[in-house]
Amino acid sequence: MSTIYILWLRQLKRYVRSKPRMVGALGQPLLFLVALGFGFGPIYAKAGGGNYIDFLAPGIIAMGVLFTAVFTGIEIIWDRQFGFLKETLVAPVSRMQIMIGRTLGGATVATIQGLIVFLMTLAIGFRPASVLMLPVALVFIFVTAVFFAGLGTCFGSYLEDMQAFPLIMNFLMMPLFFLSGSLFPLAGLPAGIQAVAAVDPLTFGVDGLRGALTGMSHFSMGIDFVILSLMALTVLSIGRALFARIQI
Amino acid sequence: MNIIEVKDLVKKFDGFTAVDDISFTVPEGQIFAFLGPNGAGKTTTIKMLTTLLHPSSGTITLNGADPMKDQEAVRRSFGIVFQDQSLDDELTAWENLEFHGVLYHVSKELRRKRIGDMLHFVELWDRKDDLVKHFSGGMKRRLEIARGLLHHPKVLFLDEPTLGLDPQTRNHIWSYIKNLNGTEKITVFFTTHYMEEAGRVADQVAIIDHGKIMIQGAPDELKTKTGTKSLEDAFLSLTGRDLREENASSKDQMRKSQRVWGRR
Ligand SMILES: Nc1ncnc2c1ncn2[C@@H]1O[C@H](COP(=O)(O)OP(=O)(O)O)[C@@H](O)[C@H]1O
Ligand SMILES: [Mg+2]
Repeated sequence: MSTIYILWLRQLKRYVRSKPRMVGALGQPLLFLVALGFGFGPIYAKAGGGNYIDFLAPGIIAMGVLFTAVFTGIEIIWDRQFGFLKETLVAPVSRMQIMIGRTLGGATVATIQGLIVFLMTLAIGFRPASVLMLPVALVFIFVTAVFFAGLGTCFGSYLEDMQAFPLIMNFLMMPLFFLSGSLFPLAGLPAGIQAVAAVDPLTFGVDGLRGALTGMSHFSMGIDFVILSLMALTVLSIGRALFARIQI
Repeated sequence: MNIIEVKDLVKKFDGFTAVDDISFTVPEGQIFAFLGPNGAGKTTTIKMLTTLLHPSSGTITLNGADPMKDQEAVRRSFGIVFQDQSLDDELTAWENLEFHGVLYHVSKELRRKRIGDMLHFVELWDRKDDLVKHFSGGMKRRLEIARGLLHHPKVLFLDEPTLGLDPQTRNHIWSYIKNLNGTEKITVFFTTHYMEEAGRVADQVAIIDHGKIMIQGAPDELKTKTGTKSLEDAFLSLTGRDLREENASSKDQMRKSQRVWGRR
């Protein structure tokens, strides 16, 4: 337990100390929120969709969580290249504990980032439907964060340098974000996109979060939670196997 | 008693033999030096001794245990200062040691005391709350030595502990290590390609080149055996070439950042 705790704590300290990164990671959600929210709001309303900010806010929160979480996992590459990984891997503790501590730390950081984005959405006029559902929203944010921190751990364990990083961002993370129903409703989309959305973990993260925050969801929150949790467990066990194989 | 016993140790990387059938023993409490040029196989040997690499063949016993079969026991019994820096730059000196103490299951009260002692020992106490990224190379190396000693290991491995440091800092580091051997009753295994360091500090020296141990013994013994006046000459007479004094710390740094972002 103390091993998991100290690795978790390390992730948090690094996050709190790197203000530029923290602020930088908020820029993108803010831009999307303002540009899309105000840009498409009138059209969305005219088409009978209602208040677009209400629809968009959960998607943008999920976006903040997704990118921060994946990045914390990919940081393993830095730790490897700048040597600190050796210090942890040569210690008399199991690699699984190291991996769990690290990943939970990353997920916690991403959750905090998600909460900051949530505050931003409040600032531009988003109002959650019910205060009572906020803890449920927090659960969805956290499980989404665990999934993507775990996915980052997989990449960080598997890759040896940052060369593939832009590739992962442009050809995996961006599509996962855009096709998740974060920015537009899934109902009525072409079957191809629906099919992709149905295997995109973020679809369930966003849908559950939107259910908790606005009362509107495409699936149901229960289904979202179960599928997302199963996906998170799967990615954690893959991450564990990949992390165990790291050679230094 | 021998704290390290190595017999017929071999490590091959895809057909390339990095460590070629070496055997040696290190008695408890000694300072043992592995002297050899870059690429000789020093780091590879240390990695096998410290559970990080599987040998291709041969046997290793460290403090009575096999590094591959009994990883945890072996890991508890040594401390290590790696060739490349391995601190967390974003943490303070104290936090780096605290992290280590927790990973090595040092109890909370003992940890406090021991971290304080070790920081005093390497003269970093007044910098304990500074982020490591503001430290000089020599300070980082000292902190790594303090960290390697924190959990009272039986053996301290130092892989080129003075590489890339200026001569004054190098002397400083060696004075700690010599002191250590007196105060902590610890066995020290270090590698270097500075022969004067090996000759001055070590009780025993093994000269390694191309993965093979050419000769081993006390520094004076080696000079007698080879009929030379210095270890430098001994190396020259054994291998027919000079020990290269390559310490390209800035080049190393460049290579490292290239590795992070991938070669272009
Ligand atoms: N993981 C590896 N894969 C392939 N070759 C390696 C690997 N590690 C080390 N080597 C090679 O083994 C030889 C010995 O390396 P090393 O033990 O690092 O030397 P030293 O520490 O004495 O400078 C070198 O030729 C090096 O290129
Ligand atoms: Mg080396």
